[in-house]
Amino acid sequence: MNQNCEITLEIGGMPILLHMQNRSFRQLLALRYAGFVGSSRPPRFEFDIELTAPLADNPDEDVQVRMHRGVWRLRRGDFRAQWDPRAGRGRIRQSANPYSIDSILRIVHTLILAQEGGFLLHSAGAIRDGKAFLFSGVSGAGKTTISRLAPRDVTLLTDEVSYVRRDDDGYRACGTPFAGELARVGENCSAPIECLFFLAQGQANRIETLSKAEAIRRLMRNILFFAEDSDLAQKVFQSACEFVERVAVRRLTFVPDSRVWEMIQ
Amino acid sequence: MTEKYIAKSSAIASRMLGGEMMIMSALDSTFFTLNPAATVVWQAADGRTALSEIVRNHVCREFDVDIEIAQRDVEHFVGELSQHGILLVSDRPFPKPSASPTEAA
Repeated sequence: MNQNCEITLEIGGMPILLHMQNRSFRQLLALRYAGFVGSSRPPRFEFDIELTAPLADNPDEDVQVRMHRGVWRLRRGDFRAQWDPRAGRGRIRQSANPYSIDSILRIVHTLILAQEGGFLLHSAGAIRDGKAFLFSGVSGAGKTTISRLAPRDVTLLTDEVSYVRRDDDGYRACGTPFAGELARVGENCSAPIECLFFLAQGQANRIETLSKAEAIRRLMRNILFFAEDSDLAQKVFQSACEFVERVAVRRLTFVPDSRVWEMIQ
Repeated sequence: MTEKYIAKSSAIASRMLGGEMMIMSALDSTFFTLNPAATVVWQAADGRTALSEIVRNHVCREFDVDIEIAQRDVEHFVGELSQHGILLVSDRPFPKPSASPTEAA
């Protein structure tokens, strides 16, 4: 049904208002981003979504994110978008599928965070006793496993993409709806980051320190960043260095059973 | 032997962390960690000081190493970083960066 409608999605405390002309699509978004819909604050940015037939010229085209005259241009085989951060407005063309808008939101948040000293990190995240713990690593390292093994007193922020914001004295991890294999949206809450673990599965549970250089190397490998923009890439690198100076970064080797969580506190 | 001059690319980010110099190319996100001798060369790469002078006055002085060995190692390091576009190499000094209005005042 075509009718003007809108939805506000607040991820990482950043409200973004989406306008569209399709109530079914709005309903789809409301279900997919349940827990992240609505905000008590005015939106920071607004996007008009134009739903089209699938963009068929090159469906396998890789993502491109480029700044042109102050406007970000985002494109992939399945979407086209532009966003003027100064005006706070953007436009999106895509078909009525949730994957395109999900990717666009991830990209937009990486651009916002890069300017503010934060980043999106390929990691699971959880809160225990008011402290956030992040678990990062390549696919298969154990992000989904450690999320699945979390005991009841743990609040899961995400099993796939953590939202890392600069805080007064350190960094704060926020829940995201960007789900991985668990296909479970994280809780919309946040806490100061106590430790970032890089995961490996092994024969015994152990935690080891990492040199700053190794921590930076691994962190940079797992930060989501799509823009072809040298200045922004430099900012992200400096943010990663700041993070490593302020937050403990360790390697966590674990046996995939619930005892690993005895070490996380 | 032709003299060389080296300057840092503007498309990099670098940071000293935990006693190690880390450099990232902003063009392709290639990441380097420099050893102490390479860090000395990096810090002296102002585009105006000849490479031989950097070797003689910085590397040899700080690390008590034979000048020929140091020159060879530094040339190798410079070649590697220049291939990644992180260091710029020229056979003449690089022009001085233009002063900002504040600096000129």
